[in-house]
Amino acid sequence: MTQTPRAAVDGPGRPGRWRSAAETALPYVLSVGVALFLSAGLVAVTGNSWLRVFGALLDGAFLEPGRWGETLIVATPLLLVALGMVVGVKAGLFNIGQEGQLLVGAMAMAWVGTRLHGPGPLLLLLGLALGMAAGGGYAGIAAVMRYRRGVPEVISTLLLVFLAYQLNGFAIQTRWLLRDLGATGPSRSVATAALPESVRLPFVRLFGNEFHVGLLVALVLAVLMAWALGRTVWGFRLRLLGHSTFVARSTGVSAARSGSLALCLSGGLAGLAGAVMLAGGASGYRVGTSFAQNYGWQGLLVALLARTNPIAAIPMAVVFASLRTGSGFLAATGVDRKIVEVVQALLVLALLIPPAVQFLRRRRRAVAAAREEV
Amino acid sequence: MGGFLDALGDIFSSPTMYGSAVRLGAFLAFAALGEVVAEKAGTINISVEGSLLGGAFAGTLGYHYSGSAPVGLLAGMAGGLLVACVQANMSHRLTADQFVVGLTANVLVLGLAGFLNGMIEPMAKRAPIVEVPGLSDIPLLGPALFGQTWPTYLLYGLIPLTWYLLYRTRWGLEVRAVGESPQAADVSGIDVNKRRRQAIYYGGILCGIGGAFLVLGQVGSFDPGAVGGRGFIAIAAVYFGAWRLGGVLLGCFLFGLADAFRLALPVLGHELNAQLLASLPYLLTLLVMYAITKQFRQPAALSKPFVRGLR
Repeated sequence: MTQTPRAAVDGPGRPGRWRSAAETALPYVLSVGVALFLSAGLVAVTGNSWLRVFGALLDGAFLEPGRWGETLIVATPLLLVALGMVVGVKAGLFNIGQEGQLLVGAMAMAWVGTRLHGPGPLLLLLGLALGMAAGGGYAGIAAVMRYRRGVPEVISTLLLVFLAYQLNGFAIQTRWLLRDLGATGPSRSVATAALPESVRLPFVRLFGNEFHVGLLVALVLAVLMAWALGRTVWGFRLRLLGHSTFVARSTGVSAARSGSLALCLSGGLAGLAGAVMLAGGASGYRVGTSFAQNYGWQGLLVALLARTNPIAAIPMAVVFASLRTGSGFLAATGVDRKIVEVVQALLVLALLIPPAVQFLRRRRRAVAAAREEV
Repeated sequence: MGGFLDALGDIFSSPTMYGSAVRLGAFLAFAALGEVVAEKAGTINISVEGSLLGGAFAGTLGYHYSGSAPVGLLAGMAGGLLVACVQANMSHRLTADQFVVGLTANVLVLGLAGFLNGMIEPMAKRAPIVEVPGLSDIPLLGPALFGQTWPTYLLYGLIPLTWYLLYRTRWGLEVRAVGESPQAADVSGIDVNKRRRQAIYYGGILCGIGGAFLVLGQVGSFDPGAVGGRGFIAIAAVYFGAWRLGGVLLGCFLFGLADAFRLALPVLGHELNAQLLASLPYLLTLLVMYAITKQFRQPAALSKPFVRGLR
């Protein structure tokens, strides 16, 4: 099978390039337009004005005082989870257990913060490191199952999410694990104690908005990830593995070793996201039963929408975060905030279509070209 | 430990326990039967969760507007099928990744059902219990299996139907061929992606029935959290049963039993770790997968997309 050179299809020179650029952009514009149109239609059905809804979303996400800082805080764990997803997908691994890995990472952070004693900054760093290790270790279970017994990681990571919910539920009720020792009453308290002041992430104040330094960490990691995947031997091996296990093996890349490492790193970043969320003030610095709040699932979608490009994941994470923070302002318009989930899902579906159509079209052209040669 | 054994004794001698195990297991079984067919054709259909919820909501709507449970059931089938259509066409007509499509479809249905439910607030009612004369008099198992609401009995028809379709028809043979060796199937003139889409449609319809059963045959009202991840337990049951109908059904019943056990504990006044019981299906499936994947081969082309000329 040979890939037909673009020039042979479009004709040489500039016009072809312009045409192909338009051909690439147009389907995206169209399908996103249809997704937004459907969302607006859904709002209209409820008898509300989509303009007001859009305005409320914008207010909640950026315009009202202090809101864009909040949006950036929400974007941070989304970006971290997305980076983890990127590593996995590049290596051909589909880790969809971020929701659980994130929760496990937050649990580790909570344990360090509420049970260990020592200087604050040290504990904070230890907590973040342990959170990452916990997330990575949790994903490591899936890695072991995959490379020792051939269990597909999609299923095992998915099942591990639900196990993590129960694990968390158990830990926060158990005295020797994470239960809030200060709380009185039997098993009424369903959250850990709040992280002490000294173990929280420091905040940056900018133009009346606040965000924690976790954002900077995530941004640095995104750039680092882009560099490592694109410019290092490790990244090359990983991508090789993702393209073809066979080629990777024949060039001396151990699928088990590189793949396990990628899966653990993938989970580790999700775990770090959980630790950062907790230390950055999510749900009042406490881990409760609903701590993860779909951050894992959404971070995964962020990575896919960014087409597994670490840099493109940054604006995508902000878009998703703004939908989240903006949805808090929807109550005033009388539209259920669930509309935001619908919009998100429609956007994802819409952005899946153009590359698939393009792929099929190229295949068809390649087949046609091959036929002519014969 | 003594408390645990007492609880076991109490619960396994209580007929209501078996009844609720069958009800909870039947819900899983509807979805798992469909999932087996989809996986035999080579798709890990993550959107069962969405199909179940779509079926449940559409079923509720159907009942709300018609006041008739059979109409609700048909609407549920349509709802499940609709979600399956998204999954099938996105992943096997276009070539979008099946997991991405499935996860997104789940999010979409969850959001849409929650949104519309808040807007319409449809009402549903549980169908009456129909006892099969004679059979329901069998001690312990009789009332559990044959003293249920009528939608439950659909399952008893769907089990042999699914078996017949998969193993005794040309269509079933082609579905299995497409999941084992799409290249070979393609060469022998089978439209691979069409068979895969059809397998997903079949799964969607079954999930739709399952969803409608949940509302009309079990709970009696709709709640957006009603499915709550049990679609994934159905997928787990398929792995638990290693793609064999008998094993899959056994898995569904066991998981239903664990769930019933968890729900019955507080009623019978026993303290037992609810988290442990709730995690049992996942834990068991992980262990079983670890133990058996080498012996029981999965469909060879499972989760691998097919594009003619590409490997």
